[in-house]
Amino acid sequence: MTTNTVAAAREALISIRDVSVAYGGRRVLDGVSLDIHRGEIVALLGGSGSGKTTLLRRVIGLERPDSGSIMIGGVDLTACSEAELAVVRRKIGVAFQESALFSSLTVDENAALPIRELTDLADPIVAQMVWMKLKAVGLADAGRLYPRELSGGMKKRAAIARAIALDPDIVVLDEPSAGLDPIIAAGLDELILFLKRGFGMTVLVVTHALDSAFRIADRVAMLYQGSLITVGTPAEFKASTHVRVRQFVQGEPERLSDASEGFAASFLKEFHA
Amino acid sequence: MIAAIGRTAISSAADVGTLTIQLWRSLLRLPTALPMVGRGRRWRTAVRQMMAIGVSALPVVALMSFCLGSVAALQAAAELRRYGATRYVVEFIAIAFTRELGAIITAIAVSGRSASAIAAEVSTMVVSQELDALRVMGLDPIEFTLAPKYLGALITLPCLTILSTFFGIAAGYCFLAASIDMTARVFVRDALASIMLRDVVLTLVKSLVFATIIVHVGYMEGLRVSGGPEAVGRGTTAAVVNATFLVILADLAATALFYILGWSAAG
Repeated sequence: MTTNTVAAAREALISIRDVSVAYGGRRVLDGVSLDIHRGEIVALLGGSGSGKTTLLRRVIGLERPDSGSIMIGGVDLTACSEAELAVVRRKIGVAFQESALFSSLTVDENAALPIRELTDLADPIVAQMVWMKLKAVGLADAGRLYPRELSGGMKKRAAIARAIALDPDIVVLDEPSAGLDPIIAAGLDELILFLKRGFGMTVLVVTHALDSAFRIADRVAMLYQGSLITVGTPAEFKASTHVRVRQFVQGEPERLSDASEGFAASFLKEFHA
Repeated sequence: MIAAIGRTAISSAADVGTLTIQLWRSLLRLPTALPMVGRGRRWRTAVRQMMAIGVSALPVVALMSFCLGSVAALQAAAELRRYGATRYVVEFIAIAFTRELGAIITAIAVSGRSASAIAAEVSTMVVSQELDALRVMGLDPIEFTLAPKYLGALITLPCLTILSTFFGIAAGYCFLAASIDMTARVFVRDALASIMLRDVVLTLVKSLVFATIIVHVGYMEGLRVSGGPEAVGRGTTAAVVNATFLVILADLAATALFYILGWSAAG
């Protein structure tokens, strides 16, 4: 509670209010509200199908919610024009789960693309900016490689370098540690912390990796079946008594419905027979 | 039954709508892929696309045209020989290729190579979120991915059509030189006499229409892909089948139009 009052006193950079989304009658997001403040790292946790990606795509302005509002730096993404949206987008850098690096371009060219396209800076300056960003993510030597020549961890780093190319206020990372070994994942956590400490960026990380979330996040939010069931510091989160949070923290399996449990049981029986 | 027909009609109508919007937006963005007036180094992408769509299709188009030119010459000669009119094969081949065969052979070869390649490339970009990445950077995927391909096809298809026509007519010459010892001078004179500028221009216009169909159908089928790798395969197949079918349909429509307007009459 105390953190919430302190937080409310500060300005919210991203303000998500009552956002709901339904696909074909099924509610994927149900009245989600969340404030993210300047300079903090928020980890959005949740299992598969909890609505994490759906929320993320609304926050970065790829799609609009059915109802509710998303304010970024005072602009309502749900009600603004394409031109206003373009301005807001320049304040947000996104690193996608699949890295989404352009396969026909080298790492250098990938990181330079937003700078070249959205500014009129001269080539030497662009090269300087790209080198700084690649240095920051630890890929200073890999600039000439193509995405297919990179390892999984390097791809994520390259995607982050491209996301921060234009010094955005906000960086959104979708499952940065998915598919990486623990050592590489820990290295990425260090990098995410550096984005905040070194560049003063605000970071929203969507993840299902608890240890990573606890290591980097100032606050942790958890989605369950389209609703935000808890928001708090990692300590508060660990101490939460909410049954779904406990289940997630302790890694218990989801209780299947009776029908599918019956199916699973009969399948197992057949499998063993 | 009626419901199935209705569903097909609705989805076809939706496809036509999608294609029209896509065509319009890409036409607006086309200048960005040009050198000088375009944005930055975007024209280099267009050049790469010309290589992929046009230049690398050169051998197959040339070979197909030469083979079909030979087939057409043999078939025509089989009939004309009975009247001692084998030398009119020249006119037959020249007219057939400048009016029709050059453009359609090129379009079918390119839709087999490039409609599938475009669909595969675009669907991979969808799956790997590259198009989303462009959008969140505030960049238009149409401008980045479709416009260079479209420009590349618009420039290379007419060139390939001319090349195809050349090879088809050359096949006719090889046949006539071998069978009735026709000299190159006579062949060229007869061929040039039967080629009309209007035919050439109309055929090149048709090839622009075919370029449009191939690129846009490939792109649309690529965007539509959702799901795993087998969906990519289905998408590429659909792209080739639909592009080829639409090319032939457009050919029929254009030829019928020219006929009604009286543009296809000789003399």
